Amino acid sequence: MADTKPRIKRPLGVARLLDGACIACGARCQSACPANCIEMNDTGEPVIDPAKCIGCRKCVKVCPASALEMYFTPEQLKIIEELSATSTPAADNADPEEEAVARKLLQYRGVWVFVEQTEGEAAKVSWELMGVGSRLAASLGVELSAMVIGENVRHLCAEAFAYGASRCYLVDSPVFRHYRTEPYAQACCVLIEKHKPEIILMGATGMGRDLAGAVATRVSTGLTADCTGLDIDEKRNLMQTRPAFGGNIMATIMCDRFRPQMSTVRPNVMPMPPYQEGAQGEITEELLAIPEESILAKVLEISHDSHSRSAVDITGAEFIISGGRGMMAPENFSILQELADEIGGVVGASRSAVDAGWMPGDRQVGQTGKTVRPKIYIACGISGAIQHLVGMQDSDMIIAINRDRNAPIFEVATYGIVGDLFRVVPAITRQIRELKTARNRH
Amino acid sequence: MLIVVCIKQVPDTTQVQIDPVTNTLVREGIPFIVNPYDTHALEEALRLKDRFGCRVAAISMGPPNAEATLRKALALGADRAILLSDRVFGGADTLATSNVLAAAISRLDSELEKVGIVLCGKQTIDGDTAQVGPGIASRLSLQQLTLVDRILSIELNDGKIRVSRKLEGRHEIVESPLPAMLTVVRELNRPRYPKVPMRLAAAGGEVEIWNNQVLKLDENTIGLKGSPTWVTKIFSPERAKGEILGDGYADPDGAAKMLIEKLLAKDMLPV
Repeated sequence: MADTKPRIKRPLGVARLLDGACIACGARCQSACPANCIEMNDTGEPVIDPAKCIGCRKCVKVCPASALEMYFTPEQLKIIEELSATSTPAADNADPEEEAVARKLLQYRGVWVFVEQTEGEAAKVSWELMGVGSRLAASLGVELSAMVIGENVRHLCAEAFAYGASRCYLVDSPVFRHYRTEPYAQACCVLIEKHKPEIILMGATGMGRDLAGAVATRVSTGLTADCTGLDIDEKRNLMQTRPAFGGNIMATIMCDRFRPQMSTVRPNVMPMPPYQEGAQGEITEELLAIPEESILAKVLEISHDSHSRSAVDITGAEFIISGGRGMMAPENFSILQELADEIGGVVGASRSAVDAGWMPGDRQVGQTGKTVRPKIYIACGISGAIQHLVGMQDSDMIIAINRDRNAPIFEVATYGIVGDLFRVVPAITRQIRELKTARNRH
Repeated sequence: MLIVVCIKQVPDTTQVQIDPVTNTLVREGIPFIVNPYDTHALEEALRLKDRFGCRVAAISMGPPNAEATLRKALALGADRAILLSDRVFGGADTLATSNVLAAAISRLDSELEKVGIVLCGKQTIDGDTAQVGPGIASRLSLQQLTLVDRILSIELNDGKIRVSRKLEGRHEIVESPLPAMLTVVRELNRPRYPKVPMRLAAAGGEVEIWNNQVLKLDENTIGLKGSPTWVTKIFSPERAKGEILGDGYADPDGAAKMLIEKLLAKDMLPV
């Protein structure tokens, strides 16, 4: 006999917004709501109509900032309490749709790194990716492979093995002499469809971003740009962490229902892996017949930028002295240059200093500029917005000189001096100069 | 020939602050602006209009208040402005966004005029992905020319374009047929300011709104549902406080001395 007692329905509650927690992510909650009870206001925050809310929790689950919660009246809370005391939770039923997704994902195995090359020379970022790729492959228990595409680039396979790959997918033909989106994207898509990797990493360079965006669209998968952290979760999914909202905050992004999971990583973000001379691996060569006539774009000329006075490559420098808004005027950067000259460093800049026209764009450190990891990074008059910090936080040592004790730059600094940089910086320069003179005398 | 410019309304991320107590974004009073890179894309479209007399359509996907952004494009001289706005477009990642933009471009192409060039900024300042432009190019089989810092020549009759691309430490000259999708960098041009009569005209100019009843896209390929990537967590990184040396205000020399001693002790100074 069935239970004859009137069944008490479990109250579902209504969704509501927690004050100040919304980050205006772009109306995810509104998009997820099946009852059309969410309207967005002018600041991009949801306004929920409690009368229309059906308590499905979809908006709560989809909110990246955990800014929504379910609200229950005291009476409803009492019912919930009584119900939970008497009933046992129902077992999760397997969802056939979820099972189909899981089966599809299972077909994809292995971690790939795209080896970016120009004129047969690999970009350093590709080898940096081998390091993080090895770690991901090890935690997944799969192979790390390199994707080498070009003309006369077989020698890069040996390098890829030395940096940790155990297999190379090689596509070598004259049509790949210069990078062009079309043939490279075609080659990647053929390799992906045939060998089904679960993760593909590319450098977030001009070439890498050009290619990754095209490939991800063609294979209809997710792509996360400029990752600064990559890890595997307990369900074999890639957790991709990157600066978001213009680099003001960090976000962890998943692509857990699609494969391959694709990420780009900027140069100098990941450390170089060790080089093992003579390491062996297997080369899988794919012969692709892409006729040159079918590729309509032609690279007519490649010119290497001449190194004029302002064109300093800050990414390779051991010592960087950067100035921000606190420098007040372009001519004041000379005091940073004097310190740089004393220790053999270069002068960098924050976005505000570049936007103000005080320093050229190639000196910019940060999310929209360059990522650096020098031995010592000295930040002068830089408050330390996350978008700047993500570009320099992996430096071996960070020294901050700023007027404001509460500036976020002091949170990443190894050493900080709170004071007037126009007095502190010249004092440091002078003392180093004296120290050098004293040592030379001995 | 029609030139389409894709623009986005973004929060001015340079003005965002983190509340040091709650560790959350302080969004009050943050103005919305046209993505700075997109202003260069729009400028280039308008220059092509001035030179060749072709028409310019500005499109944007976003909430209804993004209309203000498109109004600016009209004020500068765009002939049409179309806002792609529908709640089913919301929560989109770059794959789902490029689907909506590409659908709008192909609608313009078939119903208005052949699209010869699609212009986008190299990236936005809020997402910073640089993925939507390539996404549009792949979906519409356009030639993809990213990071353009100069247009060297355009032959509209032959349908040919020659551009310079700005890459790391090098430049590339590429020639390709049209139609093409270009993403542009700041060095390409200097955006104009609207003239007053144009502003007045734009105040009456109409921003069309296309929702998904117009574009008729499969709801599984747009918005949140059509987005393979999703944000699971947002956080401010926690950091250890650094060591503050001396009193830089009262005694800058003393603070400098303490620093140098620390560096010498760690053998970090090249002296």
